Amino acid sequence: MAAPFVGITPDPEEGRPRSAAPTITPVNLSLVQFHNVTFSLPSAANIISDLNLTVEQGETLVLLGESGCGKTTTLKLVNRLLTPTGGEVRVEGKPTTAWDPIALRRRIGYVIQEGGLFPHFTIARNVGLVPALSGWDQARITERVRELLSLVGLDSDRFADRYPRELSGGQRQRVGVARALAADPPLLLLDEPFGALDPLTRASLQREFADLTSRLGKTAILVTHDVREALILARRIGLMHKGQLLLLETPEHFLASDHPQACAYLDTLKVDDHGGEQ
Amino acid sequence: MSSFWHFLQLNWPELLLLVRQHIVLVFISILVAVIIGVPTGILLTRYRALRGPVLGIANVMQTIPSLALFGFLIPLPFIGGIGSRTALVALVLYSLLPIIRNTVTGILGVEPSVREAAVAMGMTDGQVLRQVELPLAMGVIVTGIRVATVIAVGVTTIAAAVGAGGLGVYIFRGLRQYDNNLLLAGALSAAVLALAADLFLGLLERQFSFEAKRSAAWSRVALAAGIVLVVVAGVFALRSPGESSSASQGHVAIGSKDFTESALLAEIMAQMLEERGVSVERRFELGGNLPHDALLSGTLDLYPEYTGTSYTAILHHAPIGDPRAVYDQVKREYASQFKVEVSPPLGFENTFAILVRGADARKLNLKTISDAAPHAPQWRAGFGQDFMSRADGYPGFSKTYGLKFAAVREMDLSLTYIALSSNQVDLIAGNSTEGRIATLDLFQLADDRHYFPPYEAVYLVRQDSLARVPALREVLAKLANAISTDEMRRLNYEIDGKKRNPKEVVKEWLGSRGL
Repeated sequence: MAAPFVGITPDPEEGRPRSAAPTITPVNLSLVQFHNVTFSLPSAANIISDLNLTVEQGETLVLLGESGCGKTTTLKLVNRLLTPTGGEVRVEGKPTTAWDPIALRRRIGYVIQEGGLFPHFTIARNVGLVPALSGWDQARITERVRELLSLVGLDSDRFADRYPRELSGGQRQRVGVARALAADPPLLLLDEPFGALDPLTRASLQREFADLTSRLGKTAILVTHDVREALILARRIGLMHKGQLLLLETPEHFLASDHPQACAYLDTLKVDDHGGEQ
Repeated sequence: MSSFWHFLQLNWPELLLLVRQHIVLVFISILVAVIIGVPTGILLTRYRALRGPVLGIANVMQTIPSLALFGFLIPLPFIGGIGSRTALVALVLYSLLPIIRNTVTGILGVEPSVREAAVAMGMTDGQVLRQVELPLAMGVIVTGIRVATVIAVGVTTIAAAVGAGGLGVYIFRGLRQYDNNLLLAGALSAAVLALAADLFLGLLERQFSFEAKRSAAWSRVALAAGIVLVVVAGVFALRSPGESSSASQGHVAIGSKDFTESALLAEIMAQMLEERGVSVERRFELGGNLPHDALLSGTLDLYPEYTGTSYTAILHHAPIGDPRAVYDQVKREYASQFKVEVSPPLGFENTFAILVRGADARKLNLKTISDAAPHAPQWRAGFGQDFMSRADGYPGFSKTYGLKFAAVREMDLSLTYIALSSNQVDLIAGNSTEGRIATLDLFQLADDRHYFPPYEAVYLVRQDSLARVPALREVLAKLANAISTDEMRRLNYEIDGKKRNPKEVVKEWLGSRGL
């Protein structure tokens, strides 16, 4: 998918400089770029300070951090739910402020905890929302909904006419993913999508999700505070703390990192391993 | 209870009419309040700065006592006056707060994550509003409409005071005439209407509750039936003749004051005109100075009045004793000031009658008010609010006769007769044509110092109405000197004492007199 004569994008798997500095890459290959992005509210200190980050085509980038570190804010800057107070965020090479926000958002799938489904819409209507907004005809929407539900492992005949409250948390989360994929957007944003699920459901959904994105070749930015999830799903992990990006590493390098914050996360993993699964 | 049943059997056509007027008033005012209130509420969710002031104003509206609000509206141009328009304005103002407030609460109460998801899906602000916020807020908004409707059913009973009709007519009349059947019929029907509205809108509300279980089939059927019923009732109600303000040749709007005799005189005129093919709009039982205001504004063509009242209360002259002089001056000034003609006197006076128990009068040999003055310090007096405040009322009366009572009770006029006969008070100022004077064995003391001005009954008619409807002159001529004081007392007693239907009493009397 990369045009070789334009430039070489280093494959993250091959090992990269151990710094958070932005990679200079050709515009047409990086889907999302943050350039010196700052975000603050009038009343508060900076929520995001001087963030530089490039998200490559086809990768799953996981932003890892505790509550309030600015990772959700970072996500919302991409689909212009928020606009930066300093610097700029580029999507497909164009600053978000230059995009028509509606057009921008329809090119980006968005999944939040519990799916953020509309309680008054049936599952079919929830999933077919973006195609309907984009003016697809009903037959095509119905077909697309059926296809998407089976993609996320739900039987269309059983679920299409139900309401979100009639589904389990895991099923709702699958519907949320299906809805985000509906108009075949190149980019997915996911805000703690598996946070509210029981451990078994979470594990199976994580596996399926990793499978799905690689199969569909989707680019995804996923936010989580669960280091295990980050290690399973990420091609690269961005560790955030107090509005700053501390590290940007492949899972392998992250595991080997001696950064104190990274070590703190990895320590929780060891305790978990010891106490939780033995 | 059996008398109530009997009452319903006799009066159900009128009761149905009042119920229909009531429903129309509530229905239209709620409709208008929704059309204004919901968009206002939506606006307030978009412009936070407006929220405080607008909700504050709506809140203040709600706290104004309803009778006072009607009072404020009456003198205003365009929206004021008497009749259903004024009532509708007041009802809409009352209904706005719950509807606006619940619209704001409902929309702001939508789960933030759902709203965020909607925006992130690429919905425009309008799409977020129409497809997500409004549907999810609908349950709360319907709750607001439900509250507003139940309040409106109650407040509409007050609308009778400004001549808008509705079940308040029975309630006010029942209070005045101490007729529990009227009260019960009015209040019970209003309560049933309120409960029905509450039930129906509650059902509607449940349809919009997405968190709860989906409603059962029966409730959907009931809801559908309810909607059909409302639509049918609406069509039925709106199709009714209602208030055609047509300036057609034979149309006359007749008003009356809010007591039996005034309504009776108005009904006499109404039936005589109808006999002559004139279509009549009855705007009876209007409170305070409303009939006068309505006559001047043209809402009414005529109403019955007493010369003394016009002389003192409207023209603000000091009371005098000569009937001829009062009549002539009232006739002259009404013609020049108001372009209103005063009819020939109807033949009786309704003046203040100073009454004591017949037994006391005989025992103490009382004939005149002066005879009674020495006993006053041992007596308790009971007077209506009207008598206490008017220029020809208590202050001048007590001064003229040098009266000092042991106690003076201010109470409802109609209550004073019963209070006197049951020894609660010892002297009252009643109406000389009151039917109960004879039946309760009360004695009228003569006004030997001629303090009370003459109150000859007349009709006040707009000059342009006389020109427009020729039958009016003929009827007025026939009624000149046609009713004696005794006859008026008897007619009043038929209604107040025997609780008979005024229309029948009038019909009977007209028949017996060959009118």
